[in-house]
Amino acid sequence: MLISGARIVVETLIEQGCDTVFGYPGGQVINIYDELYNASDRLRHVTSAHEQGAAHAADGYARTTGKVGVVLATSGPGATNLVTGIATAFLDSVPMVAITGNVACDLIGRDSFQEVDIVGITMPITKHNFIVKDIEELADILRMAFKIAKSGRPGPVLVDIPKDVQTARCEFEPKAQPVIPYPIIYAAENKLNKAAQMIDSCERPYIYFGGGIISGKASEALIAFAEKIDAPMGCSLMGLSAVPYDHPKFLGMQGMHGHYASSKAEDEADLVIALGVRFSDRATGNKQRFAKNFRIIHIDIDGAELHKNITADLAIKGDILDAVERLTAMVEQRNNPEWQARIAELREEENERTQSALSHRYPKDCENCSVSCQNAGIPASERLLPYDIIDTVSAAAPEDSIIVTDVGQHQMWTAQRYPLRKPRTFLTSGGLGTMGYGLGAAVGAGIATGKQTVLFTSDGSFGMDLNELATAVTNEIPLVIVIMNNGVLGMVRQLQTLFFNKHYSGTTLDRRTDHVKLAEAFGAYGIRCSTKEQLRDACAKAFSCGGPAVIDCIVDCDEFVLPLLPPGGSIDNIITEIK
Amino acid sequence: MDNTENKYIIAVLVANISGVLSRVSGMFTRRGFNIDSLTVGETESSGFSRITIAFRGDDDIKERILQQLQKLHDVREVEVLRAEETVIRELLLLKVRNKSETRQDIMTAVEIFRSKIVDYSATALVCELTGESSKIDAFIELMKPCGIMEMCRTGLVAVERGESCLKTVK
Repeated sequence: MLISGARIVVETLIEQGCDTVFGYPGGQVINIYDELYNASDRLRHVTSAHEQGAAHAADGYARTTGKVGVVLATSGPGATNLVTGIATAFLDSVPMVAITGNVACDLIGRDSFQEVDIVGITMPITKHNFIVKDIEELADILRMAFKIAKSGRPGPVLVDIPKDVQTARCEFEPKAQPVIPYPIIYAAENKLNKAAQMIDSCERPYIYFGGGIISGKASEALIAFAEKIDAPMGCSLMGLSAVPYDHPKFLGMQGMHGHYASSKAEDEADLVIALGVRFSDRATGNKQRFAKNFRIIHIDIDGAELHKNITADLAIKGDILDAVERLTAMVEQRNNPEWQARIAELREEENERTQSALSHRYPKDCENCSVSCQNAGIPASERLLPYDIIDTVSAAAPEDSIIVTDVGQHQMWTAQRYPLRKPRTFLTSGGLGTMGYGLGAAVGAGIATGKQTVLFTSDGSFGMDLNELATAVTNEIPLVIVIMNNGVLGMVRQLQTLFFNKHYSGTTLDRRTDHVKLAEAFGAYGIRCSTKEQLRDACAKAFSCGGPAVIDCIVDCDEFVLPLLPPGGSIDNIITEIK
Repeated sequence: MDNTENKYIIAVLVANISGVLSRVSGMFTRRGFNIDSLTVGETESSGFSRITIAFRGDDDIKERILQQLQKLHDVREVEVLRAEETVIRELLLLKVRNKSETRQDIMTAVEIFRSKIVDYSATALVCELTGESSKIDAFIELMKPCGIMEMCRTGLVAVERGESCLKTVK
């Protein structure tokens, strides 16, 4: 059939299995919006409050479903507003296709109104990107964009479509099936054999896994492997939710703010088996010190990650599910009673340290505090602790809730504490650390799954993306937003406390924002709480109100994220308590 | 790994489409790798261009560059060319002052280096020279006292000796 480029865009998206597009209209995509109007019974469009929110929503959609998220924006500022969202997806290997309009081909390069070189801008933050200058190539380029986005290590792809390509017409026949990814890369047999030998001959194996386990659908295979070799497991931030929080072999997140037991166990291991993970500086700390005591087997789908951050003793490129399954078949079933006894000791030490840290919280230096304290008048013993907030919310939230975070202290507390059960139920900006990621991602997650979604955020992060509350209200998303409101930018503040002589430069917000009134102004439910009792009551109301709800939790400004490996430090410098 | 710094020459076969040079050179910039020289030109197949990149680094850096290049969608093939098995050439165009006092020195150097005078005017000469970089460097040194007005060198191009070829174009 002879149809317009704009219609080809819509028909190709449907052909590729896309059911929801997140976006924001504008002058150079108006033709595509016209076709979305015509196809509204086959393809849902969600208008965000800001293009960045739409990009994060597409990211949230992709992370929860495993499908390619699609975002649409106009040229110029519409396109540049996507940049943070695309970079977030790139750093966390999220499959995404971003479509931007651009000025007509004959206006390109003349600094026309709302013209920007978005292909040039996004080159370093996409797996690949395209500008379509010939309508004959449009459908195949879009198909290729999907193929690249979901092949191998997933990631974002941008397709820039000038206005005249949208209005031109050409023959189009939809394909019966979405594009299939490039063939799987299988790990080399001899390398896996070598890995099996190393595992069989080691004494204290430790598994360090990452987001690759989730995108590679290898959770069950990983657990079977860990059980067969009787190895404790820890993960990067991106690996969270791949293994149930209460699995006996799982010690939790490791690294800068990771669990004591996992970071320590890794350091005491003699062999670390790193699966679908890239040894980010947040997970390793000081690299010279990091791998002093153990050998490393590193398996990843992306060959460029091997030997990039850490030189492995054995590096294997290959599909993680296939590699773990084959490796499991090769290794000997074993038990490591001494090692497991040591792990049990480490867990016990962790518990003691956590209890000790919690009991030493008071008295605080409240008299000399410059933050206008929202907790004034509330006895210290009744104030909300971050872990109490998470425990209370998780007790009230349905088990299959999607948990989303913004970035900062609340993110680490949630990562350490929330009882995550299933893959793709935990969304957080790990690599880029994007404050303002949460609400957009939560909107995408809620729309993609229809499930109860919980966003843990803070007054700092929420201030960066609260406009998407409008999107959540419009789309009646079952979303509970828990703001850990401490009046400061806590993550930076705690570094200033420890390493910058308490010079709280720029981190004391002293805002007068009333989050309850703000929620109500947006048409959402809002409630404030300062005690556990109030929070339990607030959760009951928020989770039953049906639509978006904001719970403003007042938290002391000097709560610390612990443990803490100081920047550039290592397990030797771990801080588990502030006295 | 071996941490000694070496000179490497790699041949990169890429799809002949706009933007591909930005993608390749941009990768070097953003990953913090340095390029000594980069040349690009069409191949016998119109669908492909061949980029020759010279850089210095240790074995680790070389491996990372190869891996990152292979990840680029438009890159079809990457190969390290071993210096002893490779013909390496560079082209120099050098414009030098044409004065009676120095003309004989210039002509002697041109003859010995098997350079060519490709433009002759009353005040200036343009010499063309091809060869390995060390030969070009030596020629430039000789010309300096004669008054170099401007010069332009292409950077390295290289192909392997014998039967070995990049595989993709066939």
